[in-house]
Amino acid sequence: MVLVVLFLSIFTFGLMKMAPGDPVLAILNSDEMIVTDADQAKLRSSLGFDQPIYVQYGQWMIGVMQLDLGTSYMSGKPVWNEIAERLPITLQLTAGALLVMVGISVPLGVLSARYPGKWPDQIGRIFALIGASIPSFWLGLMLIYIFAFKFQIFPSGGMGSVSQMILPSITLGFTLAAVYARLLRAGLIETLSKDYIRAGRARGVKEWRLLWLHAFRAALIPVMTVFGLSLGSLLGGAVVVEILFSWPGLGSMAVDAILSRDYPVIQGYVLLTGVLVVVLNLLVDLSYYLIDPRINQGKRESG
Amino acid sequence: MKISFALQKNPFALQWHLKSSRPMTLWGIFLLTIIILMTIIGPFLVPNDPLSANMAERLASPSLTYPFGTDHMGRCIFSRLVNGSRATLGITALVIITVLLIGIPIGLLSGYIGGRFDSFMMRIADGLIALPEFILAIAIAGFLGPSLMNLMISVVLVKWVSYTRIVRGIVLSEREKEYVLAAKVGGCPTWKIIARHLLPQIISPVFVLAALDVGKVILIISSLSYLGLGAQPPAPEWGAMLNDGRAYFQTVPELMVYPGMAIFLVVLSCNLIGEGLRDKLDVKSS
Repeated sequence: MVLVVLFLSIFTFGLMKMAPGDPVLAILNSDEMIVTDADQAKLRSSLGFDQPIYVQYGQWMIGVMQLDLGTSYMSGKPVWNEIAERLPITLQLTAGALLVMVGISVPLGVLSARYPGKWPDQIGRIFALIGASIPSFWLGLMLIYIFAFKFQIFPSGGMGSVSQMILPSITLGFTLAAVYARLLRAGLIETLSKDYIRAGRARGVKEWRLLWLHAFRAALIPVMTVFGLSLGSLLGGAVVVEILFSWPGLGSMAVDAILSRDYPVIQGYVLLTGVLVVVLNLLVDLSYYLIDPRINQGKRESG
Repeated sequence: MKISFALQKNPFALQWHLKSSRPMTLWGIFLLTIIILMTIIGPFLVPNDPLSANMAERLASPSLTYPFGTDHMGRCIFSRLVNGSRATLGITALVIITVLLIGIPIGLLSGYIGGRFDSFMMRIADGLIALPEFILAIAIAGFLGPSLMNLMISVVLVKWVSYTRIVRGIVLSEREKEYVLAAKVGGCPTWKIIARHLLPQIISPVFVLAALDVGKVILIISSLSYLGLGAQPPAPEWGAMLNDGRAYFQTVPELMVYPGMAIFLVVLSCNLIGEGLRDKLDVKSS
């Protein structure tokens, strides 16, 4: 994990150095002044660009450790402040999407597993196919058109109220929900055929109790694994949805920064989301202990 | 996913699955064939020039001259759609082929030679996989500038890893088997062992992975083009078309419906074929 973060930092640093255009000139030009060589050299050394590359990396890294991600070329504000302002918005969107995801995938997955091959299962299958094939930005546009424009039930953009959260959350959560419903179904069908479920059935434990209390927990493990892997696409999807519904979150910040070549902001975004994904994956790994006590016991015996 | 595995344990589901999955796959093939045909011969048959703007006829509703109407610059939506399929499908094909050309050889070498080369490659792969593909694409588009070429580079950069990993895994388990040992004892040169004995083993899983990736690549490329980070206007790429028409879609929903529908149908047919292949070849992808 430390290695991955290290790689990530080298990668973003390297990209920053490879980016076209000289940041020194960019900064000087933005002030619209006549640039002399002496000015350039002065700024260059004050920014530390005359140092060898590994020294620059070291200094940059020390800065990053202290949450100093540089300042935005455009707004002149520290990148970290910008990120801290926008992170809660993205998290709010992600939370909404997760709610939609759980709300759709759990009932659908359980029903599909309970009646494999019957109509709930078929619906689940079609749903999964559509979810995997639909472009999320198009889904969002269609939702806006139908619900915000035609019927005017929900607002088409902006944020703050609950009704403004509904469409973005559905847009982001839908594609994921389809996948998880199938995963959950596969996991449930597998666990439902295990011996302890048969034993439970033989003792006359109610079917719903078996399903929800006994099988569900075991079926959750593969789902969590994939969940950890798809956190990245969740954050990626958030970019599209934020632009679509004009939410001032991290994603729209990144896109704005790209279009205006605001490199420190892009760098901050890439670094932060990368670290976020790594940390969240770690949390997912830890959640196994909660879901499956066997994992914990195994550790204790071996340790 | 684990669908095929779970189905084996459930006789009812298996039966249903055999009955229904074949026509689904056929539908996928049928759809894709039509789309590919359209891509190849369509541009010669379309009624209007996809790039010529005619402001007098902007936002026209569907008619005989303009089957799907015109966009905000008076360009024929239908012609743009048909021509755009070249951009979207061509880029995707190029990306997938490049990915295969990079991913498979590295995987073969990594698995067969092992040692330093292997661990070096795997470290790189670990690093790239930790970065979500969308984020990586944004990083590259961000630093190298938004263009179609950079978008393609970033997708390739993300995608080769999974092929390398699959190929490496198969090679690692295959190279210990007796037939490889026998070939080695028989004096078969390394390149020949790889080409003759190991390559055939990896074809079907790689094929399935590629078929399922086609859809994902189309989705990534069109979403990033939609954000303005891929194909630049006035190119009639589908995602870029959607971005173009964004301001007008409340009055003229056709602007949105058709390009999105086109993307959806292409991805859907690729996914249908991919799933059919996976079940048929019985490959478990993770």
